[in-house]
Amino acid sequence: MDDVQLDGMLHVAFLRSEHAHARLRGVDVAAARRRPGVVAVYAADDLGDYWQPGPLLVPPPPIPGLVFHACTQVPLVKDKARHVGEPIAMVVAESRYVAEDAVADIVVDVAPLQAVVDLEAALERGAPLVHEHLSSNLAAHVVQEKGDYNAAKATAHRVVQRRFHYDRGISAAIENRAVAARWDARAEELTVWDTTQAPIPIRNGLARMLGLLESQVRVIAPFVGGGFGPKIMMFYPEEVLVPWAAMRLGRPVKWTEDRQENFTATTQERGQVHDAELAVTRDGKILGVKDVFLHDSGAYDSYGLTVPINSQCTLLGPYDVPNYYTEFTAVFTNKTLVTPVRGAGRQHGVFVMERLLDFAARELGIDRLEIRRRNYLAPEAFPFNNEIIFQDSAPLVYDSGDYAPALAQAAQMIGYEQFVREEQPRLRVAGRHVGIGIVSYIEGTGIGPYEGARVTIEPSGEVRVATGVGTQGQGHFTSFAQIVAEVLGVPMERIHVVTGDTREFNWGTGTFASRGAVVAGTACHAAAALVRDKIFAVASRVLQVPQERLELVGGRMMVKDATDGGIELGALAARANPLRGAVRPGTEPGLEATAYYGPDRGSTASGVHAMIVEVDPETAMVEIRRYVVVHDCGRLINPMLVEGQIHGGVAHGIGNAFYEQLVYDDGGQLQNASFMDYLLPTATDVPRVEVAHRETASPLNPIGLKGVGEAGCIPTGAAFAQAVEDALADYGLEITEIPLSPDKLFDLLKKTRPKKRNVVVIDGSFVFQGSREAVYALLQDPEVLGKSLPGAMHLGRTGDGRYDGLMRVGIGPVTAAEFSVSVTLHDQKPPAGYGMIVEGKGGFGFVRGTAQVALADHGDGTEMTYRAEVQVGGTIAGVGQRLLDSVAKRMTRQGLEALNTALAARL
Amino acid sequence: MEPRLLLSDFLRQDLGLTGTHVGCEHGVCGACTVLLDGEAVRSCLILAVQADGHEVATVEGLGSVEDLHPLQAAFRQAHALQCGFCTPGILMTLVPFLDEHPNPAESEIREALSGNLCRCTGYQNIVDAVKLSTPVPAGW
Ligand code: FES
Ligand code: FES
Repeated sequence: MDDVQLDGMLHVAFLRSEHAHARLRGVDVAAARRRPGVVAVYAADDLGDYWQPGPLLVPPPPIPGLVFHACTQVPLVKDKARHVGEPIAMVVAESRYVAEDAVADIVVDVAPLQAVVDLEAALERGAPLVHEHLSSNLAAHVVQEKGDYNAAKATAHRVVQRRFHYDRGISAAIENRAVAARWDARAEELTVWDTTQAPIPIRNGLARMLGLLESQVRVIAPFVGGGFGPKIMMFYPEEVLVPWAAMRLGRPVKWTEDRQENFTATTQERGQVHDAELAVTRDGKILGVKDVFLHDSGAYDSYGLTVPINSQCTLLGPYDVPNYYTEFTAVFTNKTLVTPVRGAGRQHGVFVMERLLDFAARELGIDRLEIRRRNYLAPEAFPFNNEIIFQDSAPLVYDSGDYAPALAQAAQMIGYEQFVREEQPRLRVAGRHVGIGIVSYIEGTGIGPYEGARVTIEPSGEVRVATGVGTQGQGHFTSFAQIVAEVLGVPMERIHVVTGDTREFNWGTGTFASRGAVVAGTACHAAAALVRDKIFAVASRVLQVPQERLELVGGRMMVKDATDGGIELGALAARANPLRGAVRPGTEPGLEATAYYGPDRGSTASGVHAMIVEVDPETAMVEIRRYVVVHDCGRLINPMLVEGQIHGGVAHGIGNAFYEQLVYDDGGQLQNASFMDYLLPTATDVPRVEVAHRETASPLNPIGLKGVGEAGCIPTGAAFAQAVEDALADYGLEITEIPLSPDKLFDLLKKTRPKKRNVVVIDGSFVFQGSREAVYALLQDPEVLGKSLPGAMHLGRTGDGRYDGLMRVGIGPVTAAEFSVSVTLHDQKPPAGYGMIVEGKGGFGFVRGTAQVALADHGDGTEMTYRAEVQVGGTIAGVGQRLLDSVAKRMTRQGLEALNTALAARL
Repeated sequence: MEPRLLLSDFLRQDLGLTGTHVGCEHGVCGACTVLLDGEAVRSCLILAVQADGHEVATVEGLGSVEDLHPLQAAFRQAHALQCGFCTPGILMTLVPFLDEHPNPAESEIREALSGNLCRCTGYQNIVDAVKLSTPVPAGW
């Protein structure tokens, strides 16, 4: 957008609040105005009546009992600054350099106030108020309910309960925002170039604010360098001010955001805290979910409740949840506004639900895949009504889906079974920490209200397609051209698509909610179909042949079975627009049609993400070794574009999961407002993504489309958490927080890791004379184990995979240390291996440790590889590491030989 | 010319060569990469006066719409750009890299790209485009 350079153009820089919360007592712009090259400086009072709070963009949906306080942003701070980066004064100058110099000349008189930063503290009595006309910082409160959660909980075998945190990041489109405007006094026309995702609503709003006709304003959203959500927000103060200044000054004016401004002035997302619980039966069937969460609205809530409602709706996922209680409180804070960022609240819901399922699976001893399979909605359940209201105000009804095969396909692609049965045990024995994560999600996409398109065949035979959505790299040009080409049978090269210019098409809303291809694409399809009808009607008249005998071949109307003749579409277009003669009553001139598409409700895309990670517990670095996506966005227009969207989404999701976090201090100051401190994933951080498509067509539109724009980043955090946890299974840590940075993971590891002192490591391999099955069975038999383990007096099985007993060992001066021991087996993968947790306590101290055992075929016999880390404490630890090591080795060798003898005796 | 004028601003505003993009102005995103005497540099970290007497090559010199540079053609074929904002900087980073590594391994390509941020593509198709443009495709 910054490429727009016009003669006589002026440049803008803003003075922005350095304080998160401060009373503004005065702004002195006199020195700035005097600086050579400065054309104008405006503070709030200079705007007169033009100073108005912005519109409420998305009114809350009709949910009974809903509380919502609308507080929308202002063009320039008048009385109080509510977040760092809020604009206070605007300088217009001959160059950006001079404008920035002049910003430094402005003197502001402010009284800092205590900032509201933490969500819970914000709601406490006596907390400072972001908006003083309200009695608290509560922005909204919403409860939605389906069935009766409490009744379901009463019958549950188990209730899994956790607290989850999700924190903020930026959208980080590589092109920052920008606005330029030119007022043509002679034509009385205002042209605005804007990086917006919603050019038409911007035009309509600007016309109203500036007292112009809508036809006097043209808004162009040129090829925008990435959107990802925040560019749908309106009206940013700069969007209100730049056109106004251009009209007042009679010269073109441009403002281009710099990256530092972007960190505080462009909207953000993701701060939520969830207290959630999942009630399940003994076999892992979901009885109900309860989720109560806080949502960070930032300083103003102009975008309504889209984000938190997405969170509460997306939580349900592809699962049959008969009872659901969901409640959220949106909170005003002294931070940048929150509006949708790719995913738009959906990832929070997915994270909470998938994590709850993981914990439930672990506690119930059910495989992670199995618990999901048991709860998927069946393919015949659609349309499925979840009985709550979605962000588009329509009931949350899933149109179609087929979930279990997607899971199976992802598991197969990533080699789930093989990984958990063989590879992981083998690598664990080698001391490596590898893990796998696999999660499901759904995404409500393609919502209304509507989009439109116009398709025109020009006399040259070229086809023009115009639609109102803006484009930021999604490939709309290609996908819309493809749709139209298919309907009209015209080669792609002859189709010219225009998007995001209100002069070309002026009805529509914008690019958001993964809806461009679905809604505008369907409108293109409908318009092309109407043109096709016209082509046949006109051709039939011109060629004097009934329509049934006509066919469209390669941009030419042909009479069936005739080898030559026919007529080019361009020539038909000319015939349809005669200079003389009459256009018949009931027909229209030309080969042109406009159509609209407005779905009552969105279509539900779905998918499964799986990844394999390796974690280095020393450095807490995570390497993603494989990433698999099985995605179902209905019928595919263009697989390459869909894959591109997924690749980018996954990269964004990985950033959100592990690298990117906006860190605010207690004063509401952003601590990492640069790309040096806020880390975006680079080419070495993002793995190759293996994508497979499934096509469960949507019944809601003729092509069967569902959206895809946001899908890639929605389940990434949940998959990442599961995989990392799995890799660090021996640490027993739980991940309930995203983003998880290397240092946060490091802290978690420190908390859970056994101290390394007095740790005995026992590793090695041993060949048994017997099959894997026989060795595996032997290793499970308490009697054999009891006899073979030196000093084990007796050992008994006290539960599935659990053994308790008594053991006596002599170590140096401690001749007969007696321990009560318990051994728990986990990750049992017969006959490939298992993990073991050993705990022993006695008067002389304790032992505690983990072990991994893997079995592999070795000629006729079986090679067992083992590795144990046992921590020793108390008196026995005093004997010193050297002695501990040698005793451990001796005991191991004796034990294994005894086992081999026992095996031989059995066979 | 004002001594404080950045090379990136000079190229874009004074010369109207808007192919060089600006994404951060603090040397991290790589969108502003140009060649200074054949070496990839960040034009947002250099003053225009510092480039005096040196040869500066921007993406405009790489190829034209009618006559794409082979790397540009590969980018188009592999769908290696979505919004395209990062692309000029990435191309200008890769051109000297490929001169020195005519047949790079994927890890080398990723390493070479790691100083350029792209938010849209997840880098995968960029890597593939590079492979596509190298004379002997490596690892395909
Ligand atoms: S603009 Fe120069 S590195 Fe980002
Ligand atoms: S293609 Fe958009 S930033 Fe790279």
